[in-house]
Amino acid sequence: MSRIARIIAALSLLGTVTLAQAGAAELPVSEVATGIFVHSGAIALMTRENEGDIANVGFIVGDAAVAVIDTGGSFHEGEALLAAVRARTNKPIRYVINTHGHPDHVFGNAAFAAGGTSFVGHSKLPQALATRGPYYLDNFRRIMGSELIDPVKIIAPTLLVSDTMTLDLGARRLILRAWRAGHSDCDVTVYDEASKTLFTGDLVFLRHIPVMDGSIRGWLETLKELEAIPAQRVIPGHGPVSDWPAALADERRYLSTLLSDVRALNKSGEPIRAAAEKAAAEERARWELFGDYNARNATAAFSEIEWE
Amino acid sequence: MSKWTRRLPLIAALLGIAFAVPAQAEEASDPWPGLVQDIFNNRAMNDGSSVIGIEMPYRAEDAAIVPVTLRSKLSPADSRRIRSITLVIDRNPAPMAAKFELGPDANVTEISTRVRVNNYTDVHAVAELTDGQLYVSKVYVKASGGCSAPAGKNVEEAQSRLGKMRYRQFAREEAPASRVREAQIMIGHPNNSGLQMDQVTQLYIPAFFVNQLKLTQDDSLVLSMEGGISISEDPNLRFTYVSNGAKRFRAEAKDTDGHVFRSEWDVEKPGT
Repeated sequence: MSRIARIIAALSLLGTVTLAQAGAAELPVSEVATGIFVHSGAIALMTRENEGDIANVGFIVGDAAVAVIDTGGSFHEGEALLAAVRARTNKPIRYVINTHGHPDHVFGNAAFAAGGTSFVGHSKLPQALATRGPYYLDNFRRIMGSELIDPVKIIAPTLLVSDTMTLDLGARRLILRAWRAGHSDCDVTVYDEASKTLFTGDLVFLRHIPVMDGSIRGWLETLKELEAIPAQRVIPGHGPVSDWPAALADERRYLSTLLSDVRALNKSGEPIRAAAEKAAAEERARWELFGDYNARNATAAFSEIEWE
Repeated sequence: MSKWTRRLPLIAALLGIAFAVPAQAEEASDPWPGLVQDIFNNRAMNDGSSVIGIEMPYRAEDAAIVPVTLRSKLSPADSRRIRSITLVIDRNPAPMAAKFELGPDANVTEISTRVRVNNYTDVHAVAELTDGQLYVSKVYVKASGGCSAPAGKNVEEAQSRLGKMRYRQFAREEAPASRVREAQIMIGHPNNSGLQMDQVTQLYIPAFFVNQLKLTQDDSLVLSMEGGISISEDPNLRFTYVSNGAKRFRAEAKDTDGHVFRSEWDVEKPGT
C-alpha cells in the first residue's frame, strides 16, 4: 500500500470511528451495477423496531461525485446510509435526490445536510413537505418514539425538477424526470444512462402492495411512458431489484383492477365505504400488506373517479 | 440517549413514580369536557344511543378521507325530531368538523360525509332535538399509519375543480312509491386547513375552505352545513330526505374567501 493510500485509509477509518460514535452502523448495500449501490428495505410498515427502514434507498458513484437517492425512514437510517457511502468512496455527495415526499424516503435527509450537498426533488415536493411534514413528524413520533423522530428534520429540495433535468457526476449522467400526480403528486425518477438502471421511487412496487396517494388515473398513464424507458433493471421504491419492464406487470394489473372496480361500484351507487371493502378484493393473495393499504387505496381512488 | 436515561422509565415504573412523557400526557387528558364548554356552552349532554348513531371505520385508512355516517335512531312515532347535528373530532386541530341543520319538513334521517382525522381520537355526534335537549353519541377512531396525511393528494386538480358542483340521486328500494330520496352533493374545493407553515416562506398557508352550504328543494330547507377544515377536500354529502314534490334541487356554498357557488338541478335529471 502506498503511503498516500495508507493515509487515506487511516482518515476514512477515523471517519468511520466518528460515525460509529454517533450511533451509525453501516447500512447493508449491494452493488447491483458498476457504481450503483442499493439497500433493500423491509416489506413492512415503519416501526420503532425497524427504525423506518422499509424503503429501498441507494447511491450512484460517478468519477467526480456521488448522488444519494432517498435517505430512509429515520435520521438514524440516513446516518447509516451515509456511513455506507463513506465506506466505499470519499468523493463528495453532491446531490441527495428525493423521489417523493413520503416519510420512509425523506426522514434521513438531515444526515446529509452538511455543506456542499444539494437536495433535489419535484417542483411540487416543497409544498407537499410543507403541508404534510409536521403531521408526519407527529404521527411517527407516536409510532416510532421520540428518540428516533426528534433528530428528523424535514428538508425541502432547493434544486427543483419540473420536467427533466440532467445531473453529471463526472462521466456519469443521471436523467431526472418529474411526473404528473401518480403514486404521489411529486414523483421523480432517476435514470442512469451508463448502466441502464432506473430508480423509480414508489412509482413501482413489487411484492409490497402499491400505495396510491396521488392519482390512480395519472399513475396508470405514467406507467405507459415509464415502460418506454430503455432500462435493463429497476430499483423500485419497495420490493426486489428486477428486470425492466417486466417488473411493471403486477402493479399495472392491481391498479387497473382497482380502477375498474371503483368505477363499477360508483356507477351502481355504492357508498365510498363499500368501495373500501370490495374493490380489488381478488388481489388480496397476491400482495404483502394488502390489509394495511387496499382499503385506503380504494377510498382514495373512489373519491377521485367520482369526479370523472 | 445514554443507558441511564434510556432506563429511566423502567426505573420510574418500578418505583411507582408517574413518569409522564409529553405524548402520554396528551393521550391521557380528555379534550371532551373542554369542547363541551367551548362548542356547547357547557349545556347538559344526554345519552344519545337511542337518538343518533355515528358510524366510522375503526381505523382511518386514509387520513384525508375518512367516511362518516350520522343516522337518526328516533322512531317515526317519536314526536321529537332532530333540529341539528354537530360533528366533533376531538383531537383534530379544529375539532368542530361541521354543524348540520336539518330542514323541518325534509325528514333527513341519514347524512354521510368525509372528514380528516389527524390523531387517535374520539368522534362525537351531538344531536339537538326539538325538545331543546342535546344528545351525544361517540366512536373511537385510530389514526392512519403509513404515508397517508390529512392533506390534499393532487393540489393542482383540486384547485381546477374549484366551485364545480354535482348532484346525484340514488335509486332506493322503496322508490318510486315512497317520497324518500337519497341524494349526493359534491363541491370541488381544496378545503385547505391553513394550519401548515410553508417551509420556504415560513408563512402560514392561508386557510381556504367551504364554511357554509345550504341545500333546498325549491326554497324549502333540506339540509345546511356550517363546515370547518376537518371536512375533506371536495366536500361531499350524501343524505336521505323526503321530497315535497319540488321540481328543483338547489345548492349554495360559500367559502372563506367570499366566493359564492350556486347550482340547481331538475330533481328528475341530476348531473353536473
